[in-house]
Amino acid sequence: MAANDTSLVPPLLEMRQVTQTYALNRQSLLGARPQLTVLDNIHFDVRPGEAVGLVGESGSGKTTLTRILTGMEKPREGHVFYDGRDVWTGGAEHWREFRRSVQVVMQNPRSSLDPRMRIGSSLLEPLRSLKIDGDHAARVFEVLDQVGLTRQALERYPHEFSGGQLQRIAIARALMPGPKVLIADEPVSALDVSIQAQVLNLLKDLVNNLGLSLVFIAHDLSVVAYTTSRVSVMSAGRIVEVGKPMDLFVRPQAEATQNLVGAILTVESGLAGNALG
Amino acid sequence: MSQENAIEVRNLVVHNTALTAVRGLDFTLPAGARMGLVGESGSGKTLTALALMGLLPMGWQANGSVRHDGVDLITQSDRALSSRRGRTISMVFQDPLSSLDPVRHIGQQVSSVIRRHTQASKKEAERRTVDLFRQMSLPRPEQLMRAYPHEISGGQRQRIMIAMALACYPQLIIADEPTTALDVTVQKQVLRRLNTAVQERGSALIMITHDLPIIAAMCDTVAVMYAGKIVEMGPVAEVFRNPRHHYTKGLLDSQPTMDNIALDGSSRLASIPGMVPPLHSLPAGCAFHPRCAAATEQCMSEVPTLDDGPRRAACWHPIGATVPMEVA
Ligand SMILES: Nc1ncnc2c1ncn2[C@@H]1O[C@H](COP(=O)(O)OP(=O)(O)OP(=O)(O)O)[C@@H](O)[C@H]1O
Ligand SMILES: Nc1ncnc2c1ncn2[C@@H]1O[C@H](COP(=O)(O)OP(=O)(O)OP(=O)(O)O)[C@@H](O)[C@H]1O
Ligand code: SF4
Ligand SMILES: [Mg+2]
Ligand SMILES: [Mg+2]
Repeated sequence: MAANDTSLVPPLLEMRQVTQTYALNRQSLLGARPQLTVLDNIHFDVRPGEAVGLVGESGSGKTTLTRILTGMEKPREGHVFYDGRDVWTGGAEHWREFRRSVQVVMQNPRSSLDPRMRIGSSLLEPLRSLKIDGDHAARVFEVLDQVGLTRQALERYPHEFSGGQLQRIAIARALMPGPKVLIADEPVSALDVSIQAQVLNLLKDLVNNLGLSLVFIAHDLSVVAYTTSRVSVMSAGRIVEVGKPMDLFVRPQAEATQNLVGAILTVESGLAGNALG
Repeated sequence: MSQENAIEVRNLVVHNTALTAVRGLDFTLPAGARMGLVGESGSGKTLTALALMGLLPMGWQANGSVRHDGVDLITQSDRALSSRRGRTISMVFQDPLSSLDPVRHIGQQVSSVIRRHTQASKKEAERRTVDLFRQMSLPRPEQLMRAYPHEISGGQRQRIMIAMALACYPQLIIADEPTTALDVTVQKQVLRRLNTAVQERGSALIMITHDLPIIAAMCDTVAVMYAGKIVEMGPVAEVFRNPRHHYTKGLLDSQPTMDNIALDGSSRLASIPGMVPPLHSLPAGCAFHPRCAAATEQCMSEVPTLDDGPRRAACWHPIGATVPMEVA
């Protein structure tokens, strides 16, 4: 077994048989409120140091899955385990450890940072809200280093940065509490192409250098393939296929996977004149 | 102006009192031709489009000349421009929700464009609207006439916008990031509909996007913008296969596509270091020089201009230039 083969290690973060439903508005005054099943019997996991992907069309339930995986939402049915223990019944100490160890990076860096707060304060904020002690300044410098930002950034405000730099800052903030798992929900789709590559490379380095686990969510299969080694495909609230990126590309089994693969435009297929089918 | 050209743009400059965002564009689009306009966020693509449409935001002004349909759009009155929009030239905006009226039925919004520019009766305009919806493969076109914008999906709204832009068979359509807000699967459907609809009408198309594969699929030529200028232009296949400008090459290399990544996780994407310079402090010489590995002293002080020929680039040291030419 290679040193980085994680397939035999138990999952660090896992959801089992998770179902989530939302009540919709009543169709008629006295009728029952119809239920929308957004996640249907989902099993999903990530092992220590592993980078896994989650792809699916818009509305398939990816962000809902993220909210449940991070404890922001309680599933209607099923369980979420962190380090082998159910987070909803594992007690206060375990809950704290779980919240600290699982951090998220969202799609739009500009709306995820407070515009009136200096970057330095934004970075310290998770330490305060999670009540983490220690040498905060040292931690800030360490994290800035990991994401390739200089200390000058600390005194400045979000509007003084480009989208790509802000996404680095958002990643830095997620790293502050020393998480074991980073969940990134469409982290590059709001960024320019030339900047997307910088952020994707950074995420990859964090997995390799810090041994972080990464859950990378997107609707573009090629971006996910670049960053992860195992990908789950979602469609209408279910996971319909799981595989290595290469296998999903070459032999997509589920219809949803075939649609996603078929939807990928490349420069070469475009020039060949058959991209739009 | 020859009627064979859908638009001729000469030295287009767009500025406000403090900043110049578009710094001298030149391009000609023959009738029925398709040009892609690609560039990073803030490079001036949308302001260029708005200048051509006569829709610049408050405080912005366009100079230069924009010949279209026998007139110079820059010198036209607001009234003349507004009678032209939707008729000879029309635009599809990036965010359909903000460009549709939330409290009017969709059908009414599209058919009123037809009525404004043609003699069509109300009934006739409605019939043509339903036809347009059908052409755009929109489901249940009759019901859609009486739907509100928030009641349909993003992909459907964007197809409505395209239907509206195409309603009067304009000579030129400008589409500004028409599919960026859409899911990849929906994106392809919308592009396919736009593609055939433009083709059927023989309209010219300016496709604005930072997505190179979309330009490869939809356009004949491409102009690459950086910091308010065109830095490279030419036939799409040639520019994308053999870029001459270092920024174009950087863009192509940073695409995570099947062409340039190994799927075993071992590869790294090439990326352009640094960031786009802010307009108020553009670097001297070639604006790209702080990010360019090939930059020399000359690049830092002298502004390169587009060279001549079918494969134009504004670069002191274009890629491929050192390869000896075959001597006849
Ligand atoms: N609070 C809620 N109440 C009702 N329905 C909801 C709620 N949150 C999400 N939904 C619905 O659940 C489904 C899944 O939404 P979700 O945001 O998880 O999708 P997604 O895969 O992240 O999509 P996208 O790619 O567009 O971000 C959608 O149909 C959405 O409209
Ligand atoms: N209303 C405005 N007020 C002030 N500055 C503006 C305004 N609109 C555009 N700008 C500035 O002008 C420059 C060009 O903007 P433009 O919107 O044309 O870029 P773009 O290439 O379309 O970018 P994107 O890909 O982000 O849409 C940018 O630096 C932008 O900040
Ligand atoms: S002019 Fe110089 S700096 Fe600009 S792209 Fe060419 S080589 Fe690079
Ligand atoms: Mg989502
Ligand atoms: Mg724009």
